[in-house]
Order: sequence, then structure tokens, then C-alpha cells
Amino acid sequence: MTSAFGSAPAGRGDPVATPARPTRPSAARAHRKRWARAGGTGWLFVLPAVVMYAAFVLRPLVLTIQYSFYNWNGIGVARWAGLDNYLTVFTDSDLLKIIGNALVLIVFFSFVPVALGLLVASLVRRITTGAFGTVVRTVLFLPQVIPLVAAGIAWSWLLSTNGLINQVLRAVGLGGVARAWLGDFDTALPAVGVIGAWVLLGLCTILLVTGMSKIDPALYEAARLDGAGPIREFFAVTLPSLRQEIGVCLTVTIIAALASFDIVYISTSGGPGLQTTVPGLEIYRLAFSQRQVGLASALAVVLMLLVLLCVLPIQRLTRGDKS
Amino acid sequence: MNLSRRENLTGRVFLIVLVVVTLLPFVSMLSAALQPRGTVPSGLAWPSDPQWGNFADAFTVANMGALLRSSLLIVAGVVPVSVLIATMAGFGLGQLRVPGGRIVFGLLLLGLTLPFEAVVTPLYYQMQDLGLLNTRWAIILPLIGLYMPFAVFWMRAHFSNVPVELSEAARVDGSSTWQLFWRVQVPLAKPAIASLTILMFLWTWNQFLLAIVLVDDPAKRTMAGALGAFQGQWGTDLVLLCAGSLLILTPTLIVFLIFQRQFIKALIQGSLKG
Repeated sequence: MTSAFGSAPAGRGDPVATPARPTRPSAARAHRKRWARAGGTGWLFVLPAVVMYAAFVLRPLVLTIQYSFYNWNGIGVARWAGLDNYLTVFTDSDLLKIIGNALVLIVFFSFVPVALGLLVASLVRRITTGAFGTVVRTVLFLPQVIPLVAAGIAWSWLLSTNGLINQVLRAVGLGGVARAWLGDFDTALPAVGVIGAWVLLGLCTILLVTGMSKIDPALYEAARLDGAGPIREFFAVTLPSLRQEIGVCLTVTIIAALASFDIVYISTSGGPGLQTTVPGLEIYRLAFSQRQVGLASALAVVLMLLVLLCVLPIQRLTRGDKS
Repeated sequence: MNLSRRENLTGRVFLIVLVVVTLLPFVSMLSAALQPRGTVPSGLAWPSDPQWGNFADAFTVANMGALLRSSLLIVAGVVPVSVLIATMAGFGLGQLRVPGGRIVFGLLLLGLTLPFEAVVTPLYYQMQDLGLLNTRWAIILPLIGLYMPFAVFWMRAHFSNVPVELSEAARVDGSSTWQLFWRVQVPLAKPAIASLTILMFLWTWNQFLLAIVLVDDPAKRTMAGALGAFQGQWGTDLVLLCAGSLLILTPTLIVFLIFQRQFIKALIQGSLKG
């Protein structure tokens, strides 16, 4: 779950480093002198990070874009392919289905945790600071701390034929619907989604409840005096006040859904058929098993753009008033 | 305020349900891990004769000693360097405001939402050319680069809020920029640095994609990468798989429980600042 963070609150409260309008000549000179000094030594501070970033992110990024215009098996000579790889991504029914799978996962990874988190947040308002609060916070954060791979293994077991889910279903007389959830054609993708929801639910809940505790109680009293019921209160006070937190939750979880890899790789390897294959997994397969580096790269570029396409509007909506 | 008390009660019930749902997978794994080897465990049943020895078996089979060492080496290679160069860059961009800093910052922002899958293929060939494939460097070097957007962003946010007068005062005292950085700025930035360190540790320890793509030998991977290989090998022996998985997640859990407060703070701030 790295880089699962949206764009910046641009220059939030930046103290302006240099006096805005140096009026006196001496100030202007000092200003220039400092700039010269900052320019020289300053760059030495920035350089190491820039070098690592350029070498291991920007260069590969440019290469991905370059590869995407070629047909290359990773060893032999690459042949120029123009836009063929992109054409394949947008017309091949398998690849379209794979991209669709990632979009379906957004429902489970994002909408479910955010909706449930909002429900809990509006009911609790604040988690008490005592032992109860500490335990709740600690436990809800556990899925964020363990490797996603471990979550995948745990849930593969829970959702297996003899797993806990089926055990419970049989105990309550619903043995008829018991099945190998991750192996069933119809339930595999939602089952993967449930794993993601489990991982992200705690994070969203805590973020939303934390945001909730910052809302001025007077707003609620005012709403009550106006005769607002709990539902109107939710839409009039809670939802608008939590805009930023909801934006953060959506950003983090949508990226997690679109770029999912670990959970799928471990729990289903993309099966049965292509039912749970996601773009991340397909890029890995195309590039390293099928040696279609060009097509893998085109899919990677599309995935990258898809993430931006989903995340940027959220940033604008939720941060609009701040920047 | 009867109404709100009742609401709070419902809320608490919801929270408790959430807590139980969160814990169930762990409990279910534990119950499976304690069954006798070779049996087919069922979802959740406390064994009459818990086989704690399964953990010892899993420890040997998974080669846990070597895995721990490998993960620690990778963390040692990634985290201190990342934190140091990100702090320096954050200082350069946030306090010194180097000319052209905005462009650098814009380029870094590009990387904030970048899925690792988008660069992993070229990274493979890059590591091959450098002769680093299947060494820990193949994980360490790219991770440092990939962490830069978030890490620099994080430290810059801190340094932009430190009043410039502080640096001016140190300048008047005749300190060089380097001294100013180490003596004045770094000590002040400690909380931000601590949170960043915690996040970097966690993300490195749990890194999976780079580990399985760039390193074949599980004993040279991160914990998460090794767990993937362990599942591939022992996927059919459910008892051992559960025991091994629990063992592999224990170190993170211990670190989490020790630094719990800082962890949660870092994760909350980490996502809110993003």
C-alpha cells in the first residue's frame, strides 16, 4: 500500500521564504545573496533524492511508455508497433474484462469501507480515549500492518470449502449456499472484494471517526433546534464536514483497488478463468510469463492513467475550497 | 441527552462487531495452525490437543532465521537512506526554496499515485543490466526511488511550516547551511522523521511485487515475498501454512504493538497529508 496518496495541498500555508517586496536596496541585496547561496548549497540537499527518483522511477516510467509502442519479447529485437498495443488493450475482450474487474473491485475496496465507516462514525462520533478506544483502534489497524499476502492467505482459508464462512453457513442451516467462494465462477470476484474490504475497513473507520470528533458539536445542536432528524443531520452536518476525510479514504482505497496485486496473486492467481484477474496481475503475466513486454507496458500506461482519472476529480472535489 | 447516549451505544455495538470481524481471520488461522499435522482442519474449532510444535516445524521449514535476516538487511538498506535523503530534499524544497524547486516538486507529485506495476517491467531489465537481479540491491535501490515522492512530500510539508526566521538566526550566528540543517532543523523535525521511519519500515517489510519479480531466491526477499513462496510450496498443507503465516506476521505485529501509538498516528497523518 505504498504511494496510495493523492496529490498535494498545494503550498499549504507556505511561509514565503523571501520578503515579498524588498524595498530597501540592502534587503534586495541580502535577498539576492541568499538566493545564490540557497541555489548552490540548496541543490546539494535536493540532489540525492532527485537522483534516486530519476534513476528508479522516472527512467523506468519513460521506458514503460517507450516499450508500449514496440513489440518486444524481452530478449530479441524490438519491432515498432505504433499504437497497436493500445488498440489491443481497448479491443481485446479479455483485457477489457480485466480492466472491468478492477473497476468492480472499487465497489468493494472503496464504497463498502467508506459507507460502513461513515455509518459507524456517525453513530459513535468519537471513540472514547479510555482502554476501549485504544483496543478498538489497535485492532482495526491490524489489517493495515500485516502484509497483504498474509491477509490473502488468511482469507483463502476462511473462504475455502472447510473454512469458517461455510462452517457458519452450515450451522445456521444455509449449508446449501456453502461453496469454495474463491473458486466459484460467480462468487470469486466478490470474495476477493471482501478481502480488500476487510483490509481497508478499519483504516477508513478510524479516519472518519477521527474527522468526526473534530466537528463542532454546536453544529449538531443547531441542526436539532431546526428540527433535523438523524438522517437530515447526517446529510447537512456530517457529510459536508467530513469532505476531506472522505476524499482521503476514497483516494487511498481506489488506488488500492485499481493497483491491486498481492491479494489476488495469493488468493486466486486471477482464476477461475479470468474472473479475478486484475491489471496488475496481467501486467506481471504478460511481461514475465508470456514475454509480451510491449502489451504489458501499454496496459501499465492505461492503468496509470486510469488511476489519475479516478483520483484527480476526487482531489478537486474534496480540496476545492482549500487550495 | 438520552438520544445521543443510545446512539453511542449502537455505535459501540457496531465497533465491537467490527473488532470481532477484524480478529476472526487471525483466530481461525490460529485454530488451524494448532491442529495435528496431516488432518483437514475445519473453520474454527479449538483442538483438543493443541500442537504448538507446528510453529517450530514451520520455523524450520520456512527457514525463518534466514528470512528475518534478509528482511532486516533490506530494511537497513532502504529506510535510513530514504529518510535521510528525503529529509534533506524536504529541507531544500521547504526551507531553502531552491530555484527550480517547484519543477522538482511537480515531478515528484507525478509519482505519488504511481502504481508499482507501472514501472516494474523496466526495473527488471534495468536490474539485469546492472547485474543486480536476484540480489537484495534489486529491491533496495528501486524502493528508495519509489518512496521519494511520498517521503519528500512529507518532509517538505514539515519544513514549509518551520518559520524562516529560525534559519536566519542561525545564519547570523555564522553557521553554514549544513550545520544549520543538522543542529537546528533535524532536531526540530524529529516527530516527522519518526513517523516517516515507521511508515517506510512497514512498507518495506511488506513489499511483495518487487520481491517476487526481482529476486528468485525467497531467502533474499522481504518477509512478504518469502511468504508468497512459502504458500506456493506448502499451500496444500494447511496446518503448516497457517502456522508459517502466523510466524511470518509476528515480527510486524510485535513492532506494531510496541510502537502502536506512533504507528497509528503515522498512518492517520500519512493518509491525511497525502
